This record gives sequence, C-alpha cells and structure tokens, in this order.
Amino acid sequence: MIDFDALAACLSTSACLVNQATSGLIIGMLLFLVASGVTLIFGVLHVINFAHGSFYMIGAYFAYTTYVLTGNYFLAALVGAVGAGICGILFERLIISRVYGQNLLMQLLVCYAFILIVDDLVKIIWGAEYLAMGIPAEFRLPPLRFAGGFVPPFYLFLVGIAVFIGVGSVLLVTKTRFGKIVRAAALNAPMVSALGIRVNVYFALLFGFGCALAGVAGALAAPVRSLTPGMGLGILVESFIVTVIGGMGSIPGAFLAAIILGLTRSIGSVGFPLFVDGAMFMIMALVLIFRPTGLLGQGAVR
Amino acid sequence: MTGGTNGSTAGDVILKVEGIDVFYGASKILFGVDLEVGRGRTLALLGRNGAGKSTTMKAIAGIARPRKGSITMEGQNLAGERPDIIARAGIGYVPEDRQVFTMHSVEDNLLIGMKKGIRGQEDWTLERVYDTFPILARMKDRRAGLMSGGEQQMLTIARTLMGNPDVLLLDEPSEGLAPIIVQAIGDLIRTLRETGVTIVLAEQNMHFCLGISEDAAVIDKGHIVYRDTIAGLRANEEVTKRYLAI
Ligand SMILES: Nc1ncnc2c1ncn2[C@@H]1O[C@H](COP(=O)(O)OP(=O)(O)OP(=O)(O)O)[C@@H](O)[C@H]1O
Ligand SMILES: [Mg+2]
Repeated sequence: MIDFDALAACLSTSACLVNQATSGLIIGMLLFLVASGVTLIFGVLHVINFAHGSFYMIGAYFAYTTYVLTGNYFLAALVGAVGAGICGILFERLIISRVYGQNLLMQLLVCYAFILIVDDLVKIIWGAEYLAMGIPAEFRLPPLRFAGGFVPPFYLFLVGIAVFIGVGSVLLVTKTRFGKIVRAAALNAPMVSALGIRVNVYFALLFGFGCALAGVAGALAAPVRSLTPGMGLGILVESFIVTVIGGMGSIPGAFLAAIILGLTRSIGSVGFPLFVDGAMFMIMALVLIFRPTGLLGQGAVR
Repeated sequence: MTGGTNGSTAGDVILKVEGIDVFYGASKILFGVDLEVGRGRTLALLGRNGAGKSTTMKAIAGIARPRKGSITMEGQNLAGERPDIIARAGIGYVPEDRQVFTMHSVEDNLLIGMKKGIRGQEDWTLERVYDTFPILARMKDRRAGLMSGGEQQMLTIARTLMGNPDVLLLDEPSEGLAPIIVQAIGDLIRTLRETGVTIVLAEQNMHFCLGISEDAAVIDKGHIVYRDTIAGLRANEEVTKRYLAI
C-alpha cells in the first residue's frame, strides 16, 4: 500500500521536498484558518458550528464574484472575509443563538439545515458547475526558485496572510478589551452583563469573527482550488480533525495540527495516495488515545 | 408595615422599589417589597439568613425578574430590564458570592468593569482605584482566582466602581471575612459614601451597618417589615430581637 520507492525518491530530492512542503503548507494554512474559527467559537460559546464550512464557501464565492467584477484580488479577499463575517453574525443572531445550551443533536440539525440551504442558494446564484478563479493577476509572476523547487508567489502570500491573521486572532482574544470581555462572558455571562456589557452583541461579534476567518480561507482558496456548491463539507471535516488534534479552544494548537495534517496530505499523496484520509484519522485517533485534550488544548480558550 | 418616620429620604429619592414580587420557579420569595433610597444616602437592608436580601438585590440588578411591581431609578422604570441596561442606567451591583473573573488578572477584571457613568462621568479610573485600593495595585497582575476572599471582595467592589455607578448595591460584603478585613471593608464603604454615591447595603449584621448607613429597612420572609433610620432601628429592641439575629 505504501509506495516506499516514490516516498524515498521524493524525500531525497530537495526539489520534490520543497514542492510537497509548500503545497502541504498551503493546505495546512487554509485548514488552520477554518479550524481557528471553529475552535474560537467553541471555546467561547460552547457551541460547535457544524455550518462553519458554509462560511468558507461563502467567502470563496464572494471573492470570486468580486474578482470577476473588479479584477482586484485584495478587494476580493476583503469582501470574502467581511461578507462571510456578516453572514456569520446573521446566522448567529437569527438561528444558532436560539439553540445555545440545547442538546447537540438539535444544534447539529439546525446547522445541517443551514448547510443545505446555503448550498442550494449558491447553486441558484452561481450555478452547480465548477468555477475556477485562477491565480489572480497581481500574482502572475514567475515562481520563486528555492532549493530546486518552485514556489508560486501566491503561495507565499497565502502563508503570510494566514500566519498574520493567526497571530492577530491570538492577540485579539488575549490582549484586547474585546477578547477579555468575551473570555469572561464565556465563563460567567450574567456577571459580565451586570457590569453593563451587552453580552449578546459580543457573542455575535465573536461568532462573526470566527466566520470571517473561514471566509478569508475561502477567498485564499479560490485561486488554487475550484469552487463548487458543497465545497464547505470537506474542509469542515478536516478542520474538525485539526481542532481535535490541536485541542478544542487552542489557536496555537490548531496551527500545529493544521501543519501536521497539511504535510500528511501532501507527502501522503506521493507515498500513500490511497491512505491519505485514513492517515489523518489515524493521527487523530492516536492523539485522542494518548492526549485526549489535544496537543495544546485545555478545554476552553484561555 | 411597622413603620418609622423615614422622612429624611422622602426629599430626593433616587431609587424606588414598589411592590415587587419575585419567584424562583413556583416558590414565591418576595412579597410586594417596597424600598426608597435617598440620593447620596446609604440604606441598610437587614434580615436573617434566607430573608430575601439577595433576591431583592438581584431583582434591582435585573438578575432576577420581578413578576410584579416597579423599580424606578431617577424616574426611569427598570423592572424586567436586562442587567446590562440596568447597569448602564447607573446601578452597580456587587454580588454576595463575589464572582471575580478567576482566570483573568486583577487589572483585567477592572478593565472589564470600566464604563462611563450615566452623565458621562469618568470619576473612577484605574489610577483612582489603585489609589483607593492599594492592595489591588500591588496585585494587579495576579490571577484573580488566586486571591483571598477579602481581596476578591475588594476587587468586586472596585470592578463595579470602574463603571461609575450612581447607586451601588453591596450584597453582604462582610460575609465570611476575618474581623480585621470586615473592618477594612467598613472603612472603605465609609470612604465611598463621602464621594456622594448612593449605597444599598444588604447585611445580616446590624452592628456592621451602624457607623455606615443612615437608613434601614428590615426584610423577613420576603416582606419588608420595618423602615426607619438606622438609629431608630437600633433603639427599637422589639424589632431587632424579632427580626434580626442579634
Ligand atoms: N436559586 C434559588 N432557587 C430557589 N430558591 C432560592 C434560590 N435562591 C434563594 N432561594 C430561596 O429564597 C429565599 C431568600 O433567599 P436570599 O438569598 O434572597 O436570602 P438572603 O436574605 O440573601 O440570605 P443570606 O443572608 O443567607 O444571604 C431563601 O429561602 C432561599 O432558600
Ligand atoms: Mg444573601
């Protein structure tokens, strides 16, 4: 099952290694962005947003249309993020906040209904066939050569933005007044409310921020992946694996786990192409056995 | 209602509670509770264990919902409003079980409580709090969950003051604390009074209130049974014997 020759051949040539590592890294970064939203929302609101993949899709399609209309990818990425964030706030206020504290099945059902509705809306608006944005004009530059491998400039941009946003998210949660309030409200909402703070608004904003992270991921994925209704499901499952491996509520954990999974995917596609998904679940199972709280998790955002 | 004169507070009432009923599930806890708090004055709400002091405070703060009656602050009806709206109307609530944010630092607790008062006043700043509570200044980076009970009590009071309230609800601030700390809390409340803030102080211990409050109301089994000045209450042996554990 494992193609040791191919694996050894790739691992021993720096060109192949660089190519696989960069593609693993961009998969990892997309996963990280989606998973950090899942983990933030769970850590604070104690709700698992099963519909998170839909916001990834919304981000991708918003970015696609903005890019088609304006030819400006940076604007497109911004629209993808903000659009997904606004949709997230609406989803939180109108739908998911009504099932806070209710049983998991109810939350799952509500999210699943939302996923189906959004998928159909996308089909109605953008059609059911695959769409491709292609590498944006801003990044149609010759690839950088690095140790014999090729690194497209867009990939560098993608990784840079993801790291930047990841660091920003951690700072937002730990250092800003917004983050402090949200973390306090996660543990004792009535007391925070009694201090004059509209807790619901903070919860909605946090939810929206988490969805905006998925939206950014969608916008960053649009140039390198094809767009299709239902594209949110695959990344949702993988981002859950990342969240579990990294530890629920831990953004650094999500980062670490996303890189591990990204590299497993890209190296695996050379060495054990038929067992890539299996390998990811196997890593998750091992983590759950030996470290049930995840690599860096403590159970909630700290 | 057995009654004292209470004439002193009639002049300028800042907070008025009229006929509130509160239920926990099916059991009725408060029966038509009335209170009047004069501007800049301190009212002691006295009563035994389980008399309904905390429930009254929670009802004013919006944590418990009154099913009947009205709560007016400066003429604005607040009964049934959300706690954050009540807090922004100028009522600061210090709960009996302290409820510091245990995972946050002392300073972060204070920052979460920070807001302008109802007239836009920002009298209480971090600097002033640290001035008034030197112990908090010394511990500002400590995790609040690691502080002693007395320190946490100081912190919850300070955290509420950061919101620049006009009325301060203090629910048994001396409960479970060593005598020397109780003394310090008493001194602190006297200092606060001088700033002009109106205070409602729920207490079991009348003696703690003696040098602190000028008005008193006694609650028993969810009924207000007596209202007077604290001096009048102290002189009334019948009431203190009957309703207070003294
Ligand atoms: N959450 C609750 N559910 C049901 N009953 C409650 C609840 N909280 C308080 N009670 C009851 O309501 C009554 C009044 O309680 P409350 O806490 O207001 O008394 P208190 O005067 O503050 O007493 P203490 O001096 O012990 O703090 C008590 O009989 C108590 O058992
Ligand atoms: Mg009490």
